[in-house]
Amino acid sequence: MAGLEDLYREIILDHYRAPRNRGELPVPPAHQVEGYNPLCGDEIVLYLDIDDGVVRDVRTGGQGCSISQASTSMMSAAVKGLRIEEARQLIRTFKALMSIHESKLEGETDGEDGATLDGVRLGDLEALQGVVKFPVRIKCATLAWNTLEQGLDEAGQPQPA
Amino acid sequence: MSAAPLDVARVQADFPILKRQVHGQRLVYLDSASSSQKPTAVLEAMDHLYRESYANVHRGVYAIAEEATAAYEGARARVASFLGVPSPSELVFTRNVTEAINLVAQSWGHANLHEGDVVVLTDLEHHANIVPWHILAAERGIELRWVPLTEDYRLDVSHLDALLDGAKLFAFSAASNVLGTLNDVALLADAAHAAGALALVDAAQFAPHRRLDVTEWGADFVGVTGHKMLGPTAIGALWARPELLDTMPPFLGGGEMIRDVSRDGFTPNEVPWKFEAGTMPIAEAVGLGAAVDYLEALGMDAVATHETDLTAYALRALEDRFGDRLAIYGPRTTERRGATISFLFEGIHAHDISQVVDEHGVCVRAGHHCAKPLMRVLGVPATTRASFYVYNDESDVDALVEALAAAERFFAI
Ligand SMILES: Cc1ncc(COP(=O)(O)O)c(C=O)c1O
Repeated sequence: MAGLEDLYREIILDHYRAPRNRGELPVPPAHQVEGYNPLCGDEIVLYLDIDDGVVRDVRTGGQGCSISQASTSMMSAAVKGLRIEEARQLIRTFKALMSIHESKLEGETDGEDGATLDGVRLGDLEALQGVVKFPVRIKCATLAWNTLEQGLDEAGQPQPA
Repeated sequence: MSAAPLDVARVQADFPILKRQVHGQRLVYLDSASSSQKPTAVLEAMDHLYRESYANVHRGVYAIAEEATAAYEGARARVASFLGVPSPSELVFTRNVTEAINLVAQSWGHANLHEGDVVVLTDLEHHANIVPWHILAAERGIELRWVPLTEDYRLDVSHLDALLDGAKLFAFSAASNVLGTLNDVALLADAAHAAGALALVDAAQFAPHRRLDVTEWGADFVGVTGHKMLGPTAIGALWARPELLDTMPPFLGGGEMIRDVSRDGFTPNEVPWKFEAGTMPIAEAVGLGAAVDYLEALGMDAVATHETDLTAYALRALEDRFGDRLAIYGPRTTERRGATISFLFEGIHAHDISQVVDEHGVCVRAGHHCAKPLMRVLGVPATTRASFYVYNDESDVDALVEALAAAERFFAI
């Protein structure tokens, strides 16, 4: 049976207690996007500085449970510096992670490269895998990623070919 | 009050689910405001009907059809008596209180509310007593007004007359499902009538916990929901003044609600059947009848005393253990207060709290409790809510406090 330690891995609590990239960016040039989870009232604000097809900087605001906050923090750290297509690939990978069973992860959890999914290195994000065992919390974990996707769409960035 | 005090140990023995464990811990069920557990008497009444006397009601002339009809109508009579309803014919079975309120909005509302008419609600309503009026507002252009709250989480009645001025209906709950506040229903109903408005009471959170007498309240419509009062799901009831029921048009059309149908039209059945279209939840009605019998046997005065004592104990225990770190959204004393306690820890989200206490076998609810306008007034996205009922005792409060302390340690910054 899924225990609390599956959901609240130490690294998640670390991101929750010390969220990365909190703050704002001047709008414009940055793009601002808001995400809302009507079920639990979680809300996040993303500031995306996108230049020349690259996510140059990300800042986050808002409030919510530890899972949504940690996921937002991890997302911000993971996509900073990625090309748009890479960010979109990571969004797809993360959503896939939220819909599969752990056994489908490839690679050793604590191996040098860490676990991968569809060839994408997960890094810290793998810690959120435990959320899958708590179905009502999946929405908390995906909020940041759905909001990022919306932000990329709204910023008028072309879809990858 | 003549009632003997509640023998909680005996009550607990009547609820089979309380014997199970979750996560290796004793089940501590503190979410009765959402839905209550069911005693054996209710399960057996439904089981008995299905095994011995099940058939559709009001249709067949054979023996078991007669028995099923007698069981269904007998349940109506018992629920009516439990609610102080003068005659069973004034009580309409519905699926739940949500349907009861929608019935009033669609039937009475369509016949009586027109553009510019005013319906007054309060800031502590459940969505079930908001959205049906929003639907009418969008359709008919009626105006909604809202009675605000005071600092101590009660209805602010200081400007009630002005709010009710020109209103056609005042729809309010008898007890808040978030704050625990018990409203002064008779006073609110009187104010409605003084303004020429009708009074609708959402008694979903009241009927399970206090003796209810619709004639003492003096309201015009009262809705209850069975699953919160030890009954099964999918059965609730609407009481309305007989002269209103007589003139209200049907809500849903179909079988049972008609006296005659031709190619040209239909004549509706008598009340209450005029409002009971299609095959009704027969076994569920019988289950609700058994539930009110069970509550009656406990004695509603004993139930109220037990819950008030337990609420006092819980409020004190939470305050002693957590002090200012825990904010309680609701009255701090048991005066006109039910056994529903909403709270938040400084810096810890309601969902995280309920997730950790679940690990200790403690079931509490986290979220907006279907009362988003109230959440906006409170200025919080969600709260954690513990609610107590007849089968809870002080050891459940203690388990909650210990589980909360563990949650607080878990998320300590
Ligand atoms: C005050 C109040 N009104 C209405 C409802 C809706 O009850 P139901 O879902 O049984 O219709 C509830 C419970 O959820 C409630 O607490």
